[in-house]
Amino acid sequence: MPGQTVKAAEPPCVNDIWSWLAELPDPEVPVVSVVDLGMIRDVTVCGVAVEVSVAPTYSGCPATEVIEHSIIALLRDKGIAEVRLRRVLSPPWTTDWISDEGRAKLLAYGIAPPAAAAGKREILGTKLRIACPQCKSLETTQVSEFGSTPCKASYKCRDCLEPFEYFKCI
Amino acid sequence: MTSDQALTRYLLRLGDNALILAQRLSELVASGPELEEELATANFALDYLGQARMFYSRACELEGAGRTEDDMAFLRGEREFENLLLLEQPNHHFGDTIVRQVLFDSFYLLQLEALINCGDQGLADIAARAHKEIRYHLRHSSQWLVRLGDGTDKSHARVQESLHRLWRYSGELFDGDAVDEILRQEFNGPDLVSIREQWRAGLQTLLATATLTVPEDQWMDSGGRQGRHTEHFGYLLAEMQYLQRSFPGASW
Repeated sequence: MPGQTVKAAEPPCVNDIWSWLAELPDPEVPVVSVVDLGMIRDVTVCGVAVEVSVAPTYSGCPATEVIEHSIIALLRDKGIAEVRLRRVLSPPWTTDWISDEGRAKLLAYGIAPPAAAAGKREILGTKLRIACPQCKSLETTQVSEFGSTPCKASYKCRDCLEPFEYFKCI
Repeated sequence: MTSDQALTRYLLRLGDNALILAQRLSELVASGPELEEELATANFALDYLGQARMFYSRACELEGAGRTEDDMAFLRGEREFENLLLLEQPNHHFGDTIVRQVLFDSFYLLQLEALINCGDQGLADIAARAHKEIRYHLRHSSQWLVRLGDGTDKSHARVQESLHRLWRYSGELFDGDAVDEILRQEFNGPDLVSIREQWRAGLQTLLATATLTVPEDQWMDSGGRQGRHTEHFGYLLAEMQYLQRSFPGASW
């Protein structure tokens, strides 16, 4: 297979790696990528080796390890021989790390994106008005603060009566 | 005890607290009082489990003896766990579970808040991460405490009884030993005396809202920090460790 050996010998390009990672879906919300979610903090290249810094979302999110394995698999597929992962806890991940593009994708997928700025008010539970991702109505009710994954709450819309999930703010 | 040894042991205790509570809450999966609460307790359990893993990993790193987080969880005996006795108490009814959550998380939140500024960067980073999670846990369980306390006569009586039953494990939260002292002095760790005051003040306000009475301080149980547990702990550990004990090194 010509080409592959040439590819492996060349030092990988940081911009390419970012664009590959921008296509890598989150296993639980596949419409957004790990870059959209703000989980990738840094990519550094040292010779033929690549180090990716990953910020986990929730401490117990079972997807973290799946994501780490898929980053390694993706970069190996692209011909990078040595992939190192570094977990970054500081500054901690919050929903503010989700990009505007990521928010738009969540909305289009039917998940209400987190309210901007994970300030104390949201965290302490001041009533938030979450717009229905289907009909945009603000007449919505929280069904449960917990949902199908650690990062989501369950809501329903009182106008179009559709249930939906809200990517909650932390 | 050197300061590094104290730090390692402190991290293990934080890991033990989080792991044992995670194990207890996991027991409610498929037997919660309603679907939403089942999701909530499962979410809590996941957060504690994730925190335990981070505390254990940092402890293992400092210990430098090649042990891993799995060794800590699955291959230590009863006396080697130094979690708070409150956390190993059975779930019983939902009121007991909520009171256990409120008593512990209102303490844990203050402990983490202090640790964000501690002298060990690894621990400080984990504390900052965990603090955000415990804040919404506490919000959720506080709402439940108010709903149960200020609810029907039956729910009020039952949750008040839970509070009385679990109160004797609350003294231990602040019953620090040499490890806590070294943390405070050498790593700018939490001051348990001032945390106790804040904890009491916060709890009094919450209990007043919930129309519940603060129990009188009587004899307090303790021993968790020294690995002396209540009768329930061995059963919990037997279930949690069964697989690794029966099939050492099993993985999938």
